[in-house]
Amino acid sequence: MTVTQELANAPAGPHPTTAPRQVLDALEAESIHILREVVAEFDRPAMLFSGGKDSVVMLHLAAKAFWPGRVPFPLLHVDTGHNFPEVLEFRDQTVERLGLRLEVASVQDYIDSGELSERADGTRNPLQTTPLLDAIAGHRFDAVFGGGRRDEDKARAKERILSLRDEFGQWDPRNQRPELWNLYNGRHPVGHHVRAFPISNWTELDIWRYIEREAIALPGIYYAHEREVFTRDGMWRAVGEFSEPTAAEEVVRRTVRYRTVGDMSCTGAVLSDAGTVTDVVAEVAASTLTERGATRADDRISEAAMEDRKKDGYF
Amino acid sequence: MSTTTLEYRAADAAATGTLFRFATAGSVDDGKSTLVGRLLHDSKAILADQLEAVARTSTERGFGGGAGGLDLALLTDGLRAEREQGITIDVAYRYFATDRRSFILADCPGHVQYTRNTVTGASTADAVVVLVDARKGVLEQTRRHLSVLSLLRTAHVVVAVNKIDLVGYARQVFEEIEADVLGAAAGLGIDGARVVPVSALVGDNIVLRSDLTPWYTGPTLLELLETLPTQEETTDADLPFRFPVQTVLRPQGALAPGLDADAFRDYRAYAGQVASGSISVGDDVTVLTAGQEPRTTTIAGIDTADGPLPAAAAPASVALRLADEFDISRGDTILAGPVPAAHREFTARLCWLSDTPLRAGTRVLVKHGTATTRGIVTAVTGRLDLDSFATGPADTLGLNDIGTVGLKVSAPLPVEAYAANRRAGALLVIGPQDGNTLAAGLVVGGGTP
Ligand SMILES: Nc1nc2c(ncn2[C@@H]2O[C@H](COP(=O)(O)OP(=O)(O)OP(=O)(O)O)[C@@H](O)[C@H]2O)c(=O)[nH]1
Repeated sequence: MTVTQELANAPAGPHPTTAPRQVLDALEAESIHILREVVAEFDRPAMLFSGGKDSVVMLHLAAKAFWPGRVPFPLLHVDTGHNFPEVLEFRDQTVERLGLRLEVASVQDYIDSGELSERADGTRNPLQTTPLLDAIAGHRFDAVFGGGRRDEDKARAKERILSLRDEFGQWDPRNQRPELWNLYNGRHPVGHHVRAFPISNWTELDIWRYIEREAIALPGIYYAHEREVFTRDGMWRAVGEFSEPTAAEEVVRRTVRYRTVGDMSCTGAVLSDAGTVTDVVAEVAASTLTERGATRADDRISEAAMEDRKKDGYF
Repeated sequence: MSTTTLEYRAADAAATGTLFRFATAGSVDDGKSTLVGRLLHDSKAILADQLEAVARTSTERGFGGGAGGLDLALLTDGLRAEREQGITIDVAYRYFATDRRSFILADCPGHVQYTRNTVTGASTADAVVVLVDARKGVLEQTRRHLSVLSLLRTAHVVVAVNKIDLVGYARQVFEEIEADVLGAAAGLGIDGARVVPVSALVGDNIVLRSDLTPWYTGPTLLELLETLPTQEETTDADLPFRFPVQTVLRPQGALAPGLDADAFRDYRAYAGQVASGSISVGDDVTVLTAGQEPRTTTIAGIDTADGPLPAAAAPASVALRLADEFDISRGDTILAGPVPAAHREFTARLCWLSDTPLRAGTRVLVKHGTATTRGIVTAVTGRLDLDSFATGPADTLGLNDIGTVGLKVSAPLPVEAYAANRRAGALLVIGPQDGNTLAAGLVVGGGTP
């Protein structure tokens, strides 16, 4: 007898079998499923956590996925040495609040020891790859959660939810495993690891709507504040220890906020009066520029900038 | 472009709308990339900096056509190799929203690896849009796409008859293709396929209704995508409750900060995502563990970090507490209704995705729900001819072949026929050595073929 015959006469269940697939509920359910799959199937997972909004949302989802348990893995931050102090402070508070362990891989240490050298343009984002890979190897992490979203960039649009990396952390976009249904395959050779992207399917607006709905705390620089800024490459840059204006660059005070909080030396602010999460949701919904296009000098270098960095082991 | 002035804006369905997943499939040069670009462009999902980049490259390449010289296909050709060769290599995911819905679009390239890509895209899709070139009509490749969608039981098949501008918006051409499409679909057991005349290049009937096709009174492509019911509401409606256990939540010693240790001392719940159906507190359920008799109990609680729920339905991720203290672990299934038999031997259709051909005797890993077990392919008994949809004899399966095999697994699995329950009938076949995903498996039934 076939399985079909066995079940052919099964009566329908007594309950309605559909839940309205509200956007944020469906995305949350998918992300929690991915987080649980990876924790169940890998020995030594870790989560990249920078204090930026995407990683904050990802960590919030992890806290929900394993409630009432504690988040069952350590966090890893690749500190460029050029981070916003407000964000680092927020990072440390969050780690403490959730009772977690934080590993920090420091780009500055590599520069001090001469293993990496400062780039001519002063940008440290591309320098994160070596400390990241060393940390993954050193801690023998076999799965690393990242907060990448496919709507961020054309190369990311092709990224799998579970993405295999070799010893060199390399991403081979032409040799990716097909991902079928919600069955994820995390098998990998010894020494390789997997990058897992639980919020792949979220858009920037979904993230903000969710931050609003769940009342998730974020570093203050995501909201409008006054700051000394100057323009460079068509972007507003904060005046700070790591981004000094040249004599020709005029410093002004403006009300700004950040859409992403990367390295101070390459992250631009946007002029904005959005002081609350509700204001930000409205602003993002009406925005005419992508998040990275508006604020990330590192992605403006070339159309294929992200793809090249990913192939080399970047997130 | 002559269209009525229906205005869409980049909307935020996240506020109230539902999530809808769809995929696109088509042969090379049917205009799929252009169609996707058009959907994104006309639904205002493309932001100024992206458009600027497209405009720059279009000009560099001397792209002449409509839409002010914008080659909308560039919006979706993501990887450098793709941009250089002008073809799409791998499935890419796109996002846009209207006031009613947020969309996740799996853009599946149509050449070489079309089976692999179409199977991948369609496996999670509520609808698949298949492109047909109005000048060419239904081709072999169209039939193949439809065959794959029939096997995968895609909830909605939408056929976009593209380049309708190149046949002078001729009603007769469209109606002949429509009849062919509906005939082919019916022959494959696909009910209710929708056929829409469009021009991706010009924008006719994609988002905005075209004045040039007054003879077409049906919905535009976007209107369809905004209104078609989801998978849970169609193919997966009225299915019994299925819940593969992902992990056991037993937080002793590692309780989240701020919770009362006494209240959670004996806490034990089974975490998972509802694969099909729904369940309420107090319902009778059966627990299936490989190698054990089915055990019955009742649902004592449905927990989330936001508090307990009275009921949960697919696709919710929750944690179930049971009235009895059973030993349950990852890979077990909690279910309601008639209990499916666990099978050590069963027949499945495999969409073979590996370069190494499959032969009888091949050792594999089989992932079903949250259970992974060792297995062996006992027989390869047939290969599906996608053109005739008939199964012919075969003893091997090559890349992109779909065939029937016998599988024997080391621990019995509660597999169900894919035709009856997509979630409970879906498998991954994995290479035990390199860990690669070798095949998508669709269970036919228990026993050997
Ligand atoms: N006249 C006309 N031309 C179109 C239409 N849609 C696409 N084209 C053109 O047809 C050609 C192929 O379109 P693409 O979108 O690149 O084709 P594709 O199917 O995505 O092909 P791959 O990228 O290889 O998968 C391009 O020159 C388009 O400009 C249409 O509706 N009308």
